[in-house]
Amino acid sequence: MKIAVCIKRVPDMDMRFAIAADGASLDPSGMKFDIADFDGYAVEVALQLNEKQGPGESVVISLGPDGVQETLRKALGMGADRAVQLKADVVPFDGMAIAQALAAELKDGGYDLILFGRMATDSANQSVGPMTATLLGLPCVTAVSKLEIANGAGTAERQLEGASETVTFPLPAVVTIDEGVARPRLPSLKGIMAAKKKPLEVKPAQLGAARLTVARMELPADRPPGRIVGEGPDAVPELVRLLHDEAKVL
Amino acid sequence: MANTFAFAESRGGSLRKVAFEMVAAARQAADATGGGEVHALLIGGPGVAAKAAELGQAGADVVHVVEHAGLERYNPEVFAATAAERIKAGGYRAAFFAASAEGKDLAPRVAALLGVSLASDLTGFSIDGNALTGRHPTHTGKIITTVTLTGTPAIATIRPGAVRADGAAKAGTVHAHAPALDPAAAKVQVTAVGAKGDAKLDLGDAPVIVSGGRGLREAANFTLVEELAAAFGNAAVGATRAVTDDGWRDPSTQIGQTGRIVSPELYVAVGISGAIQHIAGMRTSKVIVAINRDKDAPIFKVADYGIVGDLFEIVPKLTEAVRKARG
Ligand SMILES: Cc1cc2nc3c(=O)[nH]c(=O)nc-3n(C[C@H](O)[C@H](O)[C@H](O)COP(=O)(O)OP(=O)(O)OC[C@H]3O[C@@H](n4cnc5c(N)ncnc54)[C@H](O)[C@@H]3O)c2cc1C
Ligand SMILES: Nc1ncnc2c1ncn2[C@@H]1O[C@H](COP(=O)(O)O)[C@@H](O)[C@H]1O
Repeated sequence: MKIAVCIKRVPDMDMRFAIAADGASLDPSGMKFDIADFDGYAVEVALQLNEKQGPGESVVISLGPDGVQETLRKALGMGADRAVQLKADVVPFDGMAIAQALAAELKDGGYDLILFGRMATDSANQSVGPMTATLLGLPCVTAVSKLEIANGAGTAERQLEGASETVTFPLPAVVTIDEGVARPRLPSLKGIMAAKKKPLEVKPAQLGAARLTVARMELPADRPPGRIVGEGPDAVPELVRLLHDEAKVL
Repeated sequence: MANTFAFAESRGGSLRKVAFEMVAAARQAADATGGGEVHALLIGGPGVAAKAAELGQAGADVVHVVEHAGLERYNPEVFAATAAERIKAGGYRAAFFAASAEGKDLAPRVAALLGVSLASDLTGFSIDGNALTGRHPTHTGKIITTVTLTGTPAIATIRPGAVRADGAAKAGTVHAHAPALDPAAAKVQVTAVGAKGDAKLDLGDAPVIVSGGRGLREAANFTLVEELAAAFGNAAVGATRAVTDDGWRDPSTQIGQTGRIVSPELYVAVGISGAIQHIAGMRTSKVIVAINRDKDAPIFKVADYGIVGDLFEIVPKLTEAVRKARG
């Protein structure tokens, strides 16, 4: 199968973030970046499908400044066949603006399957996948935790609140990947060497107009400092008293 | 003065709590523009129209109802095409969908069909002449991003629990419509919905959530957590990913970045370390209690009240005390 995977380069979420002087972005000093968690799962899904089903091509696509080339090389190191950078100096926050650029690139690509992460861990918009699918007029299943592809059709499972849904769809299709489908492999040394020679094409991103913009970024207010009520079972009566008298939740 | 739109999510023929919350959000937006009408859209199988009155009670002036035998379950293509058609026809200033599993799937499709942008997962918002401004937790909850959305209609998903459903009753006049697409012709079909566990309180509706982590050591020990939840009477049981990954609990009960995001009145974390991905799903709870034997566990940084010690000794005592306190 010919599979495209859209991957975003995002800051490492384990870092301690600081807000930049403009008040509307993160201070980039010392920031480390990596492929967004769910996008890594999506790359793994593409690789496994092509490994299982015989000859195919896995193409990774990332929109952003030249820094995304590092992310694309990582995916190539995992085993993707080629990469496309849709070059933009700044990645807009507006999912629709990004979706328009991705749809323009994917439209005539002849892909059987287009994979996204369920959401990018930075923007957490959870919208670029289904928006791109809608612009392309392709069937789309989001937040998939199980996926099977056979005979030109797919079966997927998604989690709802307190239930799960089984969904069928024909190819070509767009699927956004939740966790649970596949744990991403680490690029092997051999993979990293091979990745250096794999094609990485750079094209201008045809971004749509950004109508959703960031006005401000803040660190969340700390929860008021809590307290350790005590140690061991002897602290239970005091905890229950506090829940009743002070917090009034009992 | 402008009219606004609320998508009224239902499942199995019943309205979900978020349906009323979206009516309240639409009311808030209509009032901010000088007091227009709130129109709700209710899509479902035969008989779902009977639920329209509840939406009127919650503050919908008009309820657009689309009843079809092929729409007992969510059908993304038909729901999206139908919602886009109604929003276009209504000329609304803003349209609200819940940031639920269904709403997060549906709203981006509707926005793309209408060629407008979407503000996601807002925990609060305001609207004026030109812009909708909303607060959106990003970066696994470590950053609060304030976004500005221009263009009409402004489409937004609102986090469950963020808006209180307490509006004054309105007429709830029913307008019936046909779906914009034939459900049988949709390419994506939901073929089964497996209910998970028993029909106890949903995590999104429960005022109290008791969650367990790997500290419980094995699946069977979750009875401790269940008994504590039962003692509260109005509690649902959650879990960490460590636990759902190991198959101790169903994945649908996972709280956190990759699971449910909840804001109950009381969240009790039992044997949970407090990884950022878990905290992203529960940090907006009103009161947090943690029980952990490691006094340095990060969960104590977000907990209002903590007990340091062995959960196997503490939880049974707490269950007993809660049972007594509740009479
Ligand atoms: C992309 C990604 C997404 C993720 N999404 C989620 C998510 O949505 N939700 C989520 O929960 N996790 C998520 N995780 C996993 C997360 O990083 C943690 O691994 C997980 O939350 C840990 O679960 P835990 O607290 O149950 O286990 P542990 O971290 O192992 O903690 C167990 C705790 O129990 C305590 N304990 C042990 N024995 C006792 C005892 N007898 N009495 C009292 N305390 C005891 C220990 O001190 C410890 O603090 C995600 C990870 C990644 C990479
Ligand atoms: N700049 C980007 N380049 C490539 N793919 C992206 C980009 N932004 C978002 N995506 C894809 O869209 C998914 C959802 O992103 P979001 O809607 O921002 O949460 C991500 O998991 C990626 O698969």
